[in-house]
Amino acid sequence: MPSSAVIWLSATVAGIVSETPRVRTLELDVPGWPGHRAGQHLDVRLTAEDGYQAQRSYSIASAPDDGVALTVERLDDGEVSPYLVDEAREGDQVEVRGPIGGYFVWDGEEPDPVLLVAGGSGVVPLMAMARHRARAGSPAPMRLLFSSRTLEDVIYREELDELGSRGDGFEVVHTLTLEQPSGWTGYSRRIDRDLLAEVAWPASESPRVYVCGATRFVDAAADGLLELGYDARWIRTERFGATGS
Amino acid sequence: MVISRGFRGRRRDGPPDRVPPGQYLTDDFPVLSAGPTPHTPVEEWTFSIEGGAEPVSWTWDDFRALPSETFTVDIHCVTRWSKLDTVWEGVSVDTLLDAVEHDAAYAVAFCDGGYTTNLPLEDLTGGKAWVAFGYDGLPLEPEHGGPARLLVPHLYFWKSAKWVRGLGLRDEDEPGFWESNGYHLRGDPWLEQRYWGD
Repeated sequence: MPSSAVIWLSATVAGIVSETPRVRTLELDVPGWPGHRAGQHLDVRLTAEDGYQAQRSYSIASAPDDGVALTVERLDDGEVSPYLVDEAREGDQVEVRGPIGGYFVWDGEEPDPVLLVAGGSGVVPLMAMARHRARAGSPAPMRLLFSSRTLEDVIYREELDELGSRGDGFEVVHTLTLEQPSGWTGYSRRIDRDLLAEVAWPASESPRVYVCGATRFVDAAADGLLELGYDARWIRTERFGATGS
Repeated sequence: MVISRGFRGRRRDGPPDRVPPGQYLTDDFPVLSAGPTPHTPVEEWTFSIEGGAEPVSWTWDDFRALPSETFTVDIHCVTRWSKLDTVWEGVSVDTLLDAVEHDAAYAVAFCDGGYTTNLPLEDLTGGKAWVAFGYDGLPLEPEHGGPARLLVPHLYFWKSAKWVRGLGLRDEDEPGFWESNGYHLRGDPWLEQRYWGD
């Protein structure tokens, strides 16, 4: 167990990518960042001119060894996320502390198939895993089942299309739960046992599973996988509530 | 000091003597769990204390026949939300430990789903900790740890282990699940003991 403290570091916004109308990615320049594992998160601290501070945790979107990028969804009653999504510009400074968490991580060293199940912005730590797999050339088959409300709400859509078209064992399956464009060939319903039965690896392959999204989404996905014979120990979850950011 | 240009904040900090540093108030009750939600029927549920002179175990009916209390406390999650004046019903850990002869200094709470968390007995005794089975006048929901969870409100909420099934008494402090995954061994929110080294 490392004894060194996780210290606050100054971070500068070095790049901004608008992902959807409610979501954007901040690429941070963080001198002294110790590196992270795919799936970990960090704490962000904002300080106002009068010294008032607010802190929140965010999943890291970037692969290990590829800088520090956060993808943040604006929560309308939030305190930190509206600043990060609407206000922050290149050159602005925040503080970060991390990486945090040693359980919801995938290091890409095991050959077992990986199932990623994402609801909305729950895709962020799973994207770090997909990016890590692509960069590291891991041979582990990986399948992402991604539930969004509409096509416009699909975070990382182009990059996921590109990763899925490489034919290297990464697949992405979308479901749009609120509205589908004409000619939509993906799924159009909430994730349940039947949808998982069509998409998930058979239980006989003992897959590793990472589920991230809102509480009810995560419970529906995890319960469905248990019904399909998955062992509870294969399923790692990360949840966010109605508030949180 | 690093100033974030244009940040003002919403300043919902609440009473400073009740909201620890770095926390914000919420009226919701967010859920954090590392795996699927277990659904253990009370007919199959027991609560055990191991590591004393003799192992002790209660069935659900035995447990519910113990004296219980209704109490109102503030809770603080390491992910930064705090919730004030939450109302619980439960059995004091003092009542449970009274049934066991021991000279241990620490305990590990164990749970359905495999979760564990470690605590000094000092933090579990003296009317500071409960095994709670009711929340806000209703049976505790599975997503919040029902049928019963540990409740240690003066420490970060990961110490209040959901789906708790017993305590293992120990001579030494033995890191539990989150304590082995980067989180502080004790977790006092007023000292901001969030992570290793804090």
